[in-house]
Amino acid sequence: MNFEEYAAKKEVLMPAGVPIPRGRLCKTAPEAAHAFDEIGPCVIKAQVPTGKRGKAGGIKSADRAKDAEARAAEILGMSIDGHVVETVLVEERAEIAREFYAAVLHDVASRKPLVLFSAEGGMDIEEVTATRPAALRRLAVELTQGLEPQAVRLLLRGLDLDGAEEKIAEILQALYRAAVTYDAELLEINPLALLRDGRIVALDCKLTLDDAAAFRLGDLPLLAAREKQTELEQLGSANGLKFIQLDGNVGVLANGAGLTMTTMDVISHFGGRPANFLEIGGEAYTKAEPALKLVLSNPGVRSLVVNFCGAFARTDVMADGVVKAWQSLNPTIPVFFSIHGTGEEEAVNLVRDRLGIEPYALMEDAVKAAVEAAR
Amino acid sequence: MIIYRKTHRVLVQGITGKQGTFWSEKMMACGTRIVAGVNPKRAGQTHIGVPVFASAQQAMEREPFDIAVMFIPPAMAKDAARDAIEAGARMIVILTEHIPAFDVMAIHEAANEHGARIVGPNTAGLVTPGEGFVGIMPGHNTNIFQPGDVGVISRSGSLGTLVCLNLTRAGIGQSAFLGIGGDPMIGTTTRDALEALDRDPRTRAIVMVGEIGGSMEEQAAAYAATMQRPVVAFIAGRSSPPGKKMGHAGAIVTGNAGSYASKRAALEAAGVTVVDTPSEIPTVLRRRMAAEVAAAE
Repeated sequence: MNFEEYAAKKEVLMPAGVPIPRGRLCKTAPEAAHAFDEIGPCVIKAQVPTGKRGKAGGIKSADRAKDAEARAAEILGMSIDGHVVETVLVEERAEIAREFYAAVLHDVASRKPLVLFSAEGGMDIEEVTATRPAALRRLAVELTQGLEPQAVRLLLRGLDLDGAEEKIAEILQALYRAAVTYDAELLEINPLALLRDGRIVALDCKLTLDDAAAFRLGDLPLLAAREKQTELEQLGSANGLKFIQLDGNVGVLANGAGLTMTTMDVISHFGGRPANFLEIGGEAYTKAEPALKLVLSNPGVRSLVVNFCGAFARTDVMADGVVKAWQSLNPTIPVFFSIHGTGEEEAVNLVRDRLGIEPYALMEDAVKAAVEAAR
Repeated sequence: MIIYRKTHRVLVQGITGKQGTFWSEKMMACGTRIVAGVNPKRAGQTHIGVPVFASAQQAMEREPFDIAVMFIPPAMAKDAARDAIEAGARMIVILTEHIPAFDVMAIHEAANEHGARIVGPNTAGLVTPGEGFVGIMPGHNTNIFQPGDVGVISRSGSLGTLVCLNLTRAGIGQSAFLGIGGDPMIGTTTRDALEALDRDPRTRAIVMVGEIGGSMEEQAAAYAATMQRPVVAFIAGRSSPPGKKMGHAGAIVTGNAGSYASKRAALEAAGVTVVDTPSEIPTVLRRRMAAEVAAAE
């Protein structure tokens, strides 16, 4: 789950002891004017979970209350990378002397948390990595040991940090602790700014928390940014199904993530376009009926592939669900089955006897037929 | 050690639960030597003919085991894995999906310290046709698995099953099926699995079933370049839109990293034949194996 800038700063950085600028979250332009009266010269920032805010015109500066109101009015309601701006952060304008970069993320290769620091901040970290790889310092941390002060000193050694070494070391340790405490997949401060008055503050923060850890994060997940989802995708989530709507016309109902992706790939291979991703493996294997409803509700769908390969999931249980759902929904589009694995014989008989449809012996043949039918 | 052998003694953590019971019975019927189970509340009892202990530690004292397989919910997985690792298990097969990543990192640290191998999380398990299986694969189904000399590596259980089924139908048996799991952070990587099969005297050729996301296939490609045995690969997710999680947490493309194109290019440069659809695998595999024999003569 992703968080907007202000939620990340206020709920995670601040409690961890990382300084943030004064700011107020506003839902209307007049609120922004009031916030200006409190804060003074400020920056008004669209609160959306994407990194493309600046370029899209979602970040603007104001020197007077009237400007703050006008800029907020411009930004509110904007659409940035598909997200509609519903709130803006009115934040004190920092007098920046220098910008750094700091982050903690999961390192898949070493299977450890990785602390990143660069004496150059403000731009895409991919750019820093590409143009000046030596500028980016990295440290994989042993969870059982934690981030030790000596390790931080070593990480920062040889960098000219304008006397801010101590403060930065403290911030890196606070950042690491916060990442572990809140199960962050990514906790990034960019830029971490050294101000003219010598303070160091987190000017922007990107936070992604581990969905799998939601059970131990208290109320924090409630503050996560809403995912961009279509109505059908929301309906899928509400039913506990992972449904992704695509712009094709061949519906997909399969079990297991790998097999579902492959079904989509084979549809494309034969010149068709998949209409959705929908996984009904694992514990969801009894949910064939709501799953089928979801696939058929997608207005683009003109044919359907049902591809089951049962390992853990039983194909007879899934097929029974599909057959019942098919009979009750009575759709007009053609359906093509490929059924293999656990419970195969019963499942094939079920489809043959109750729907009068002969499942294909090869998945590719079922897909080919469905692609033809959708033309 | 990653290939399951019938001489391996297996501990089932969470044996008394619904899934633990169901799959333990299937494993035993298939020949797997399950020597003990764990459930702290039912220690001292016998369940489906297997003695139940309060912990892996206690089980190890009475019924020594090599492999621990976990039917444990995500929130308890870290403690269960540590118990098995500290008890001295040589391999822990973690079927559980949705374990918090920091818990997975903690499990890896413990495993490194004790020299234990982790398979998974989010794996469907390991099958050695004719010997047995560990996990939630239809290892008992002879329509799907037949003994032979082709090793299969897969991040996905359902797709791995389909591939083995296609091989069996084509008359090609398997030396081992190694399910490694669909999570981004897993203990045994594609490269590790490839190396294990490369060293296995019973394996003549390898099928590698990969996915978009991460860089495991690229790392495996670097190893494949050093191999004599033929490798045929299929990479799932070619048509998946970038930025979306396609069910498996690992299957997500961000920018150019983890893309289908980069994986395919790396594998082909290493001499691996990459096929477009799973049904091409048996034909291509047979051709590569025949070429290998011809070259040897």
